[in-house]
Amino acid sequence: MSVIKVENLHKKFGRLEVLKGVNLEVQQREVIVLLGSSGSGKTTLLRCLNRLEEPNAGRIEVLGKVVTHEKTNLNQIRQKMTMVFQLFHLFPHLTALQNLTLGPLVVQRKSREEAERIGMELLTKVGLADKRDAFPPKLSGGQQQRVGIARALAMQPEIMLFDEPTSALDPEFTREVLDVMKKLAREGMTMLVATHEMGFAREVASRVLFLADGVIMEEGTPEEIFKNAQTERCRTFLSKIL
Amino acid sequence: MDFNFDLFVKILPQLWQGFLMTLLLSVLGMFFATIIGMFVGIARLSKTPWLTIPTTLYVEIVRGTPLMLQILIIYYALPSIGINLEKIPAGVFALAFCYGAYISEIFRAGIQSIERGQVEAARSIGMTTTQTMRYVILPQAIRRILPPLTNDFVAMLKDSSLVAIIALFELTTTARYISTSSGNVFTPYIGAALFYLLITIPVSRLVVLLEKRLGVGQ
Repeated sequence: MSVIKVENLHKKFGRLEVLKGVNLEVQQREVIVLLGSSGSGKTTLLRCLNRLEEPNAGRIEVLGKVVTHEKTNLNQIRQKMTMVFQLFHLFPHLTALQNLTLGPLVVQRKSREEAERIGMELLTKVGLADKRDAFPPKLSGGQQQRVGIARALAMQPEIMLFDEPTSALDPEFTREVLDVMKKLAREGMTMLVATHEMGFAREVASRVLFLADGVIMEEGTPEEIFKNAQTERCRTFLSKIL
Repeated sequence: MDFNFDLFVKILPQLWQGFLMTLLLSVLGMFFATIIGMFVGIARLSKTPWLTIPTTLYVEIVRGTPLMLQILIIYYALPSIGINLEKIPAGVFALAFCYGAYISEIFRAGIQSIERGQVEAARSIGMTTTQTMRYVILPQAIRRILPPLTNDFVAMLKDSSLVAIIALFELTTTARYISTSSGNVFTPYIGAALFYLLITIPVSRLVVLLEKRLGVGQ
């Protein structure tokens, strides 16, 4: 079953056209890895999906709802398709647990008991149950990003978007974050991940997309892309990062 | 120097009354000014012209005219268009109206100082703009807003003496009245100054404390 459908998506920043007609269909339980040099539009594509960025043209459908319609209730879709940010963007005035419970309490109107039960379950899942009362600035980068993932999970989404989740981390913390993401992938979460982590792509990606010149230039299984890329651009890119 | 201690003791109850009036005007004025400032500050940051244009106009008009003139207009000119205010409400209204504009700038700057990613993180889990403002942005901005807000309270406390022009017997007016009736200039004015300092010095110290407390860590 397809959960995301993107047709002819265009996005311009001023006169710079970052996306020039992207077409994409994502099936349930797929783990999509977006590759491409910086400025290739990976982040922009993800941010257009939940309309943190306003597309200039094209049609986006998520879980049967047309995101690009004016009348669509975006807040409903965003609960079901949450996002993990490169710079975490945790709420610094709230504890780790409160970061997780805010959405369920305020947006989904869950009871405090239930929100905290879900919150603690997720903190345990990302290995941070003992940090429930810690404020984000007191946590390491890796811990902050794991809270970020747990916060996105707390809405009990069907799809998760990861915008370069390990790019801002010291290398020593990358693994703990990737491990959590791999666990999610294996549990069947539908994920779209912009990343440069090839190991992650090899291990869990169902499909790898290579973005260049504002379009998806090449796509395939990790095997196909890493061993047998068809375009020169993709081969050059891979040779630089592998 | 003709400070007369006996006179000072004698006029203490009168000065106290004036002081209470000053405090009443400033506390109420500040309360309403903060509410006005919060909403105007948020409105000026919106993208809707029918919110930004009138609020910007309001702020520019208030900042471009003297408070004393605003007080005169509110008490003497508004009745001619059918709005009659008693002295105290008129005084409170004038102070709130004027300081609301200044305080809106404090709120605006405080809100703008919160990084964009906070809004995006809140919106990305489905929060509305109002929920984002209430649960994510304002609680963080308030740390940066509180010190300048407290400074404005001190400023308003002093500016409240301008309502003397509509014959409200606050602290300064009371002192002036006593000095005329007693023939002693020095004692009532120094007495009034002491009463102002009784509030302004502790509050100013509080600002310093707040800046230290809220500036670092969580």
